[in-house]
Amino acid sequence: MIKKIVISSENVKFLDKINELSGETVTLCDQCGVCSGSCPMISEMDITPSQMMRKVQLGQMDVMDSKAMWLCASCFACTVRCPRGLDLSKVAEALRQVKLRQAIDHIDIKKIPENEINRLPQIALISSFRKFTG
Amino acid sequence: MKEGKNIMDRIAEASKSITTGVDEKDIKNWVTIYIMGRGYRVPADLTILTAMEYAGYKFIRGCGCRQGFCGACSTVYRRKGEYKLETGMACQTRVEDGMYLVQIPFTPAEKAIYDISKEEYNINVFFKYYPELARCVSCNTCTKACPQDLEVMDYVQAALKGDFEGITEDSFDCIQCGLCAIRCPAEIVQYHIAQLGRRMYGRYDNPEPEHLEKRLKEIKKGKFDKEMDEIIHLNRKELEKLYAERKREPD
Amino acid sequence: MIKLPYYPGCTLKTSAKNFEISAIESAKILDIELIELPRWNCCGTVFSLTSDDLIHHIAPIRNLIRVQEMNGNGIVKDEHRLVTLCSMCYNTLKRANLRVKENPDDFKKINDLMYLEEDYNGNVEVIHFLELLKKTGFEKVKEKVKKPLKNLKIAPYYGCMLLRPKEVGIDDPEDPTIQAELLESLGAEVIDNPYKKVCCGSYQTVQDKYVVSELTYDILTHAQREGAFAITTSCPLCAFNLDNRQKEVKEKHQDFKQIPVFYFTQLMAIAFGLGEKYCSFDLNYINPRPLLIDKKLL
Repeated sequence: MIKKIVISSENVKFLDKINELSGETVTLCDQCGVCSGSCPMISEMDITPSQMMRKVQLGQMDVMDSKAMWLCASCFACTVRCPRGLDLSKVAEALRQVKLRQAIDHIDIKKIPENEINRLPQIALISSFRKFTG
Repeated sequence: MKEGKNIMDRIAEASKSITTGVDEKDIKNWVTIYIMGRGYRVPADLTILTAMEYAGYKFIRGCGCRQGFCGACSTVYRRKGEYKLETGMACQTRVEDGMYLVQIPFTPAEKAIYDISKEEYNINVFFKYYPELARCVSCNTCTKACPQDLEVMDYVQAALKGDFEGITEDSFDCIQCGLCAIRCPAEIVQYHIAQLGRRMYGRYDNPEPEHLEKRLKEIKKGKFDKEMDEIIHLNRKELEKLYAERKREPD
Repeated sequence: MIKLPYYPGCTLKTSAKNFEISAIESAKILDIELIELPRWNCCGTVFSLTSDDLIHHIAPIRNLIRVQEMNGNGIVKDEHRLVTLCSMCYNTLKRANLRVKENPDDFKKINDLMYLEEDYNGNVEVIHFLELLKKTGFEKVKEKVKKPLKNLKIAPYYGCMLLRPKEVGIDDPEDPTIQAELLESLGAEVIDNPYKKVCCGSYQTVQDKYVVSELTYDILTHAQREGAFAITTSCPLCAFNLDNRQKEVKEKHQDFKQIPVFYFTQLMAIAFGLGEKYCSFDLNYINPRPLLIDKKLL
C-alpha cells in the first residue's frame, strides 16, 4: 500500500521558517542528488544532503535531529554544483540556527580536551564555535 | 575653576540630605529619577548611589569604596529620550532628570584558578581557561560599556592574536567592574581574561625591575626595621600627624 | 615599492607565523610592501549564512573601515585593495563586503550599529595574495627566481574558501590552476589531482578529529599516488588538518607515509633565494627540511 504523506500547517510553518532564515526556496529542489554526490562528509552522515532537503520540503522537523546538518563543513561543493542554483549550506545553517537559537549548543566548549586546546589553532576554535554554539 | 567649586558645594549640600538629614527646604535643585521603574524625587546633585540611598535603598554590601576605584557599584541607566543603554560607576555618576537606573551589585563570572608559573607562555593559556574567547564577534559592546574608557574589544582581540603586551597595555586601568562581561553577547568575561594576560606578561615577558630587587635586599637586611618598629608603637594621634605630614610623590 | 594594506588574521600571528613572514619577505622581492592593518580584529570567520544574522558581519566590515582610515591618515595613498593571505579570512571579508554592497538595508544597519566608527563607504576591494601575484605577472615572479624548485613535485591544494562560492572564488571552482601557475614559475613540477578542491573537513576538526583525519588521508594519499613529494596550501586551517592531523592518520592507517605540507609562500621564499630564515619550518608539523635538502634547495 502506498503511504500518503500528510503535510500539516505545522509542517508548512517549519518550511517557511527555513526558507526565511536561509533565504533559499527549498521547494525548488528536484531531488537530483548532485549535492549528495559532491559532499565530502557523506560517509559520516545519517541522512544525505538531498534527503535533508526533502525533509525540509515536507516540513519534517525531525530533520533537526539528524547528524547531517552538524557534519556540513560549509565547503560549498554542493552549492557550486546545484543545477537549481540552491545553496544547501545556507539551508544547513538555517537548521543549525533554529537549534542554537533555542539555546541548545552542539558542542560543550569547556569539554574540549586540554591536549587538543593546546594544538588547535585559533581559526579552528573560532570557526567551530561560530557554527556550533549560539 | 570657580564653577567647579560651586558644584562641589552643591554636591556637599545635597549629600547632607543623606548624611545628616538636613531639611529638604534647604535644597534648591531637584530631579525625578526612576529606580527599577518607580519614580522618585531626589536632590539634583546626588550620585546614583546616594540617590538610591536617599530613595530608601540600603547598601550594606556591594557598594564598595564609594571613591570610583574598586569597581563594585556598576550601574546601567538610560537618559530621558535616549535609546542608548549607558553604564558607569554608581558612586561616580550624577543623576539627571528623567533617568532610568538601577545598580548592578555583581556580574556572575567564573574566575579560573591557575598557577602562572606552571603555564606555557603562549596563546593556548587563554583558550585553556577561557575558550569562549574565540566567540568574540567584534561588536565593540564591551568598549562602549567600559566606565574606564578602555578599548576593551581591542584587548580581547589582542588576546586572540596571542599578543600579551597588547592585552596588558590596553587593559591596565581595568577596575574589574564587570560591565563589559554583562553586556557581552558572546558571554566572554573580558576582565578575567585581561588579568590572566597581564599576569602572564608580568611573569614571562616584563623584565624584573632592578629597583625592586635592590629594595627587597634592603628590606631583608633590615634597613627599615627600626623605622617600622617606631610606627607600630605610635598612638592614633601621632599616626594621623605622621600621615598628614608624609612626603608625597608628585601626582 | 608598491604599498598595500594587508590583513593578517589571528592564526598568522601564532601557529601560522611561517605563512606570514615568508609572504611578507617574498612580496618585498616583487617590490610589494604589505602593510599590516592598524587595529585589525578577528575577521569573524566563518561567514555567517543566515539571512538575518547581521552581528557576525560587523567584524569583517570593521576591518574594511580600517582600510579607509589607512588612506585617511596617509599610511597608503589612494589604495583601496586589502590583501589577505589566509583563505578563510579572504572568504569572510570578501563575502561580507559583497553582502553589504548588495543589501543597502544591511549596509545601513551595520554602519548604524558601529556608530563609534566612521561609516564604511563600500569602496574597499578584498583580494587574495595569489590574485595579486597573478596580476603582478607570473613572468615577473619567474624573473626573481634564484633557486628554481627543480625536481620538486608539488601537489597544490586549494580547499574551499579560495574557490567557493563562485561569486568570491579566485579561480575556476572545478579546476583551479592559479597555484599551479605560481609553482611552475618557481620551477617546481606540478602534480594535478582531483582532491585539490575537496574539503579538508574544516572546523569539524574540533568536534571529531578522526572525521577530518580520514579526509586528510584521502587528500594526501591521492596526491602521493600521483607522485607528489609535498602539498601546498594557503589556509592555516587546511594546513592544520593536512599537516598536524597526520598524527591521527598514522594511528588509523599504518601504511600511511607522512608528507610535508607547505604554505605556498614558503616555497616562494626558498625559490627567491631567501633561504630558510623566513620560513620558520619549526612550525610545520612534518619537517620539510629533509625533502628540501634532498633536492639541494637548502
